[in-house]
Amino acid sequence: MMRMKNITKRFPGVLANDKVNFDVKAGEIHALLGENGAGKSTLMRQLCGFYRPDGGEIQIDGKTVQFKSPADSINIGIGMIHQHFMLVPTLTVAENVALGLPSSRGMQLDLDVVSKKIERLAQRYGLKIHPDAYIWQLSVGEQQRVEIMKALYRGAALLALDEPTAVLTPQEVDELFKVLRGMAADGHALIFISHKLHEIIDISHRVTVMRDGAVVATHPTAGSTKTQLAREMVGREVILQYDKTDYNPGDAMLRIEDLTVMGDRGQKAVNDASLIVRAGEIFGIAGVSGNGQRELAEALTGLRPVQSGRVFVSGQELTNATPGQRIAAGQSAIPEERMREGVVKDFSVSENLILQDHDKAPYSKGIFLNFAEVAKESKRLINEFRVKTPSPETPIKNLSGGNIQKVIMAREINRKPRVLICAQPTRGVDIGASEYIHQRLLEQRSAGTATLLISEDLDELLALSDRIAVMFDGQIMAILDRNKATIEKLGLLMAGVK
Amino acid sequence: MLSEFFSLTVLTGIAYSGIRLATPYLFAALGEMFAQRSGVVNLGVEGIMLVGAFTGFAVATWTSNLWLALFCAAVVGIIMGLAMSYISVNMQAEQGISGIGMHLFGLGLSSLLFKKWLGSTKAITGFQPIKIPILGDIPIIGEIFFNHNILVYIAFLLVPIAAWVLNKTTFGLKIRAVGVKPEAADSLGVSVARIRYSCVTFGGMMAGIAGAALPLALINLFQENMTSGIGFIAVALVYFGGWSPTGVMLGALLFSLVNALQLWIQVLDKDKVIPSDFALMLPYIMTIAVLAFGKRTNQPAALTKPFERGSH
Repeated sequence: MMRMKNITKRFPGVLANDKVNFDVKAGEIHALLGENGAGKSTLMRQLCGFYRPDGGEIQIDGKTVQFKSPADSINIGIGMIHQHFMLVPTLTVAENVALGLPSSRGMQLDLDVVSKKIERLAQRYGLKIHPDAYIWQLSVGEQQRVEIMKALYRGAALLALDEPTAVLTPQEVDELFKVLRGMAADGHALIFISHKLHEIIDISHRVTVMRDGAVVATHPTAGSTKTQLAREMVGREVILQYDKTDYNPGDAMLRIEDLTVMGDRGQKAVNDASLIVRAGEIFGIAGVSGNGQRELAEALTGLRPVQSGRVFVSGQELTNATPGQRIAAGQSAIPEERMREGVVKDFSVSENLILQDHDKAPYSKGIFLNFAEVAKESKRLINEFRVKTPSPETPIKNLSGGNIQKVIMAREINRKPRVLICAQPTRGVDIGASEYIHQRLLEQRSAGTATLLISEDLDELLALSDRIAVMFDGQIMAILDRNKATIEKLGLLMAGVK
Repeated sequence: MLSEFFSLTVLTGIAYSGIRLATPYLFAALGEMFAQRSGVVNLGVEGIMLVGAFTGFAVATWTSNLWLALFCAAVVGIIMGLAMSYISVNMQAEQGISGIGMHLFGLGLSSLLFKKWLGSTKAITGFQPIKIPILGDIPIIGEIFFNHNILVYIAFLLVPIAAWVLNKTTFGLKIRAVGVKPEAADSLGVSVARIRYSCVTFGGMMAGIAGAALPLALINLFQENMTSGIGFIAVALVYFGGWSPTGVMLGALLFSLVNALQLWIQVLDKDKVIPSDFALMLPYIMTIAVLAFGKRTNQPAALTKPFERGSH
């Protein structure tokens, strides 16, 4: 139905797509697998008219087409569900669906007609949607259904979904897959972009693997194993399971008592949360994005005031302490927004490595920086943490996400922290670097650090944590021992079901 | 004698002038509201108003045709609005700064052309009050509401029309989307540039008309810098009105009533109990207070942010 032939796309200094061939048939779910930066999103952006290819062609039903803008691509029947939703939060579902479409009443909007059609389509494909609800009132899963509805409403014959499961609970994923299977059975062609191997094996008929801008393999999914797909994606053997030393928790290093933190909109973002993290333990926090995890991490690192409750780090009260006092107490942090809160992006790699300790020996003498020592230490850390950088003087913003994260890890772990607050450590990081980061976190665990690991990636939490708490609507729903935590149980808790 | 102040005649007079004086605020602020709903702040309203005021006055002086004068002011407003669109949409300039530039340009140009072409002022005959049949005969109410010149009626009629366009038409839906999340509108094939161009240019046209309303419907004269801040207050009124036409109208009325009050204080307060400077300050103090304490919950999320495809 759709065929992309020898697609080539260059950006300054990067060959993002190198003679890529990709096709999808009606009634088929074709998975596109690859690491961040492998060229999947670039390929899809050309399919939906955001970029124009530098070489190659796109064929729809055997005819060559050219997209000058997203409108051309929509008109030909291609729908795209972006990773970051393209919804206007201040408008209703029906308004978002009707946006950009001609109305049956000329200039005047015909939202009642639109709502009726939405309800008809919703019933047919089993999408639960209320046309009059405002987008800002909806959960992430519901918003995704609106995105699918927008495409269906426009009569999309081909639907491309970019990392659609990244923000969903396991149960929501099941529901999405039901809808997608229904659409495929109905004759739609679907492109499913992901780097989650088990989902690809579960949902797709065929899979195309991309690496460094080129296609590595295209084959039927049936019979493929996770190990095989991971090898194709990364180009070498990948460890999918880690060896953990025995769970041997020590003293309570981080103690949170009845913590309440306000969110940006004045709501209780963290509501009466209590937990204890012990030395030599990784304590995971699971939850769908936006349930208070970010505010919890910010409160614990001194970036957001605590409304009530208390926080202790190795017995010392640090409830509303400044970031500096926390660092002095032996707490390190790996922030969620690594470009904004983790590094100064115009500083060099070595400057970023000494950000916290630049005023202490060995980096400084009196008021002067000791450049020789800074250079020596940063070289050592760059080697030890396998940071890929042209030189220690390179501005950190030129590094890949994984390497920036390694720099932050190096800085934070080098201080031998007693408590480590670690938020979304591998988000947007390629598998190779994730693997490395996970190993280092486990090393810290063996070394006796108390780690609070906040993540939306359940696989990561299950692989690393000793205990897992689930946050929903600011509250801690339950704290489970690792051996009692199953995906199903966590998923229900993440959806607010006790 | 401040005691005269509370007589029925004076209060009716204040209400009448309040509605009359709201005209330039309404034209300018309704136009600016569309620009801002599409995501562009045009701080140059004041400058466009001045050029519009000069154009209206000059054409009326030369031809005595008030409608032609108004039309020419609108065209000049469109041209300046197009320039502002180009600066903010194509060039993606910092909107606050380019708006100040537009203001200074309008101020200089209107003064220069006035000195060059007209020099001295002779009053023109502006639009005359039209008494609405029957309604105009109601005591007090008729006097306050139904005995105005045509531009006053048009300005107030534009309020429900603006609300209808914004909330009930496909074009209005696009404006609302582009001002909050342009990338979403773009992904559905809506041209962000076209919407912003239309809105900013429409705002320019309204500013031109607002400026022309001063000589044609209120003062019958032209003076250098005669707008004395109305354009900036119009920008503030959009914030004050929570980006809705009704809110903008209420704000405009509030300001023009304060203005009318201030004028009457100057007339009646012969003993200078209240310094006239203080009375003159009132509207500006209100502007600052409104901006400092106003709520911005309805502010379009993409306001002042240029849009570039793929940068999100």
